[in-house]
Amino acid sequence: MAQKNTPTREFLKGLWDENPVLRMLIGLCPTLAVTNSAINGFSMGLAVIFTLVMSSLIISSARKIIPKEVRIPTFIIVIATFVTIADKLLAAYFPEISKALGPFVPLIVVNCIILARQEAFASKNPPGRATLDALGMSIGFTLTLTILGSIRELIGVGTIFTIQIMPDNFEPWMVMVLQPGAFITLGLMIGLSNWLNARRAK
Amino acid sequence: MFNLLVIFLSAVLVNNYVLVNFLGICPFVGVSKKIGPSVSMGLATTFVMTLASAVAWLLNKYILEGLNLQFLQTVSFILVIASLVQLVEMFIKKVSRPLYDALGIFLPLITTNCAILGVALFLVLKQYNFVESIVFGFSAGVGFTLAIVIMAGIREELELADVPRYFKGAPITLIVAGCLALAFMGFSGLI
Repeated sequence: MAQKNTPTREFLKGLWDENPVLRMLIGLCPTLAVTNSAINGFSMGLAVIFTLVMSSLIISSARKIIPKEVRIPTFIIVIATFVTIADKLLAAYFPEISKALGPFVPLIVVNCIILARQEAFASKNPPGRATLDALGMSIGFTLTLTILGSIRELIGVGTIFTIQIMPDNFEPWMVMVLQPGAFITLGLMIGLSNWLNARRAK
Repeated sequence: MFNLLVIFLSAVLVNNYVLVNFLGICPFVGVSKKIGPSVSMGLATTFVMTLASAVAWLLNKYILEGLNLQFLQTVSFILVIASLVQLVEMFIKKVSRPLYDALGIFLPLITTNCAILGVALFLVLKQYNFVESIVFGFSAGVGFTLAIVIMAGIREELELADVPRYFKGAPITLIVAGCLALAFMGFSGLI
């Protein structure tokens, strides 16, 4: 993949070219589950930014002392530790959001984005680069979740970040905030990003 | 007994793991191309889920609650699941070679299937007892199998359909899953 990237590229690639959700199709479970409103998607994104950046920093700093054979369990323990910290912080300071996200915060441990970045990037690159990569990837993830959450909230309830957008006579499409809306909106978003990419390549 | 039936129906149909709770989406999108592999994946997942729910319940009840270490839940569950999968893999390889070959690479992949950790976290959240937990784990697995096999059936037909170019693959799969989820919403009045 990207060996000789400039630091800026390293950061930017996560936003679009290698966007974890839209281009690589990983981390779909939280993407679908928590985006019934913009604020939920955004908070999930923040939790992932924290976990991914901290794990990448620690793992790339320790990459020379982690034996190859047990690297996956090591990664998982480091990730699980930061997820627990994020989970407890959310529960202590933002109990409502923590309640809305439910078991999906501890489930960040098995979010493939985080393990995939450790395996593909942080375990092979110096801490500075790994942090940039982690930041780019997780911000790309957060943006995607916030946009998906905003679309669903806008059509499903008529608001974005609980601010009324739609006119009063707008009849909300309840189905958008329920499960089918998640699948269908994400499917359309991925299709749209395929189309944009194909157009840009021309 | 009735209680267990309710748990079973609720996990398989009403709160289907994949279509309602959004767990195990990665294998659901990734492995559901053909019916055969989907069935194997479903069976392997059901097997591990049932075992994992039993182990997670015991671990939570006697070690974490006993020592007041609930904050270690996430870390300890994921470790137990990872080692459990490894153990099951070695055991099946020794005992039944044909089964091992049939499950193939799906077994190790299950470790990172969020559905397994999801089951463990849910059964603590719902405060099930030991038997209920095992039934819950098993039914969640059956629900996963049901969803992934239905999806594989639809996708085999989709191969022949004229899908717009940019929607081939994942986008159309997700949209079809949305329609399936819509259908499963019809079960919500069941219990």
